Amino acid sequence: MSPKKIVLRFPSQIVDKPLIYHLVKDYELMINVLKANVNPDKEGFMVMELSGEPGKYEQGLSFLRKQGVVVESLSEGITRNVEKCTHCGMCTSICPSGALYISRPSMEVIFDDSKCVICGVCLKICPVKAIEASVNGRQ
Amino acid sequence: MGFKRTYSEINEKIKTGKVVVVTAEEVIGMVEEKGIENVAREVDIVTTGTFGPMCSSGAFFNFGHPKPRIKMHKVWMNGVPAYTGIAAVDAYLGCNELPEHDPLNSNHPGEFRYGGGHVIEDLVAGKTVKFEASGYGTDCYPRRKIETYITLEDVNEAFLFNPRNAYQNYNVAVNVSDKMIYTYMGALKPGVGNAHYCSAGQLSPLLNDPLYRTIGIGTRIFLGGGTGYVAWNGTQHNPCAARGENGVPTGGAGTIAVVGDLKQMKPQWLRGTSFLGYGVTLTVGIGIPIPILDEEMLKFTAVKDEDIVAPVVDYSYDYPNATGKTLGSVTYAQLKSGVIEVNGKAVPTAPISSYIKAREIADTLKHSITAGEFLLGEPVQNLPSADSGISLKGLQEKKAP
Ligand code: SF4
Ligand code: SF4
Repeated sequence: MSPKKIVLRFPSQIVDKPLIYHLVKDYELMINVLKANVNPDKEGFMVMELSGEPGKYEQGLSFLRKQGVVVESLSEGITRNVEKCTHCGMCTSICPSGALYISRPSMEVIFDDSKCVICGVCLKICPVKAIEASVNGRQ
Repeated sequence: MGFKRTYSEINEKIKTGKVVVVTAEEVIGMVEEKGIENVAREVDIVTTGTFGPMCSSGAFFNFGHPKPRIKMHKVWMNGVPAYTGIAAVDAYLGCNELPEHDPLNSNHPGEFRYGGGHVIEDLVAGKTVKFEASGYGTDCYPRRKIETYITLEDVNEAFLFNPRNAYQNYNVAVNVSDKMIYTYMGALKPGVGNAHYCSAGQLSPLLNDPLYRTIGIGTRIFLGGGTGYVAWNGTQHNPCAARGENGVPTGGAGTIAVVGDLKQMKPQWLRGTSFLGYGVTLTVGIGIPIPILDEEMLKFTAVKDEDIVAPVVDYSYDYPNATGKTLGSVTYAQLKSGVIEVNGKAVPTAPISSYIKAREIADTLKHSITAGEFLLGEPVQNLPSADSGISLKGLQEKKAP
């Protein structure tokens, strides 16, 4: 099968388990890590391309889910609609990677695409739906 | 207290293009440079602004009568119910109202993607809205049902009437519990993981006229991109709340009720807003010009973020249970630095009200006044102030008398 892009979210308690090792070893999956933000004390994120034999692929994902990992298919990209954004700032204290932040003293909210780990948290938090996601090319 | 200025003198200056207007942000630097007395002589008006979610907002409509006539018993606009307990084809659409079959918080936290605030924004944006009404039929109003489409232009009247806006100061919300909570102050992370505040601080209207000397019934204001008026004090107006030496309340205090023609307003300044796990509301832009009647007024408008304090309140237990407990207080300068200290821990802050939009409103108002397009409205009656003896009541649970 062709590689699929997925996002893994790890609760802090399981960040230090060797989950990726098991994916390769037990389920013979091929992994290409695109972005990662894993820190022992915090929730961790990992964006990866994953491929393998279809049956094993599904088994691998259900293994991850059993360990408490949240598995989501990747939004190709997160964008902020500048026209809609009111610069309220609410997303900035929730964004785990610092991609959304306030420039001071102007108090303008900035979106730094390169820091975004595509966790999707801001999608629901933004009160005016100024954050937009495209999943596999679709909006 | 040397000189004095009157409303009519200032309005005369607006008409002849001689008025001097600065924003509540600009006046701070001017006072630091030239002193209160000189700036008070120079400046006629200081403009303020705020752009934040204001839940007690909504609009009155008169839809006109269909043929045959109907007494509207229930009304829905894009599926969102409006209140019809007034005359036949009048209704009030509250911005917090949700569609009949919204999943609410059944899958917590609910998303609340659309509601009254969004209908108001859609109408102001010129969009067509689905309109449904039912009636029970009377001799004078026989019709029982109508389904049609309306735009803001189609209705006879549409005016925003917000019973409580522009809170003078507000809580800083945190969460001391060990799980995430979803509130009207946003998503609050466990273990005091973040702190949300909601005021434009030094730009905020009522913080620049702390004792309501000039903001009263009849004050003309910028409302949602159009012109509006202060109609009354707002609900929960609490002018006798604790104040600092500068007269500025140290927590939530005064509020205003405002009214204005929805047809003049702009969608950019009235935004339907969804709070995860809480509900829908309307983000409202308000700007109020403060006439510099004397030196005292100038001194009030020169208030700085470092002179305004707000209480830090836990929204996981203390707020819901109305314990009245606070976790200390912080200044808006500290809040705007991005980090405050709560119980010895550094906590990142985020606003809910947009400071850059507040600044844009104060600027817009300044330019409309200097261009001679906006005259001051002299209040016909003052709002109850710190000497009113008002105290806020809670709701008591009583047995039938
Ligand atoms: S998806 Fe949103 S919250 Fe998540 S890292 Fe990107 S900008 Fe931040
Ligand atoms: S929460 Fe939405 S509107 Fe507010 S600053 Fe972030 S992107 Fe902009």
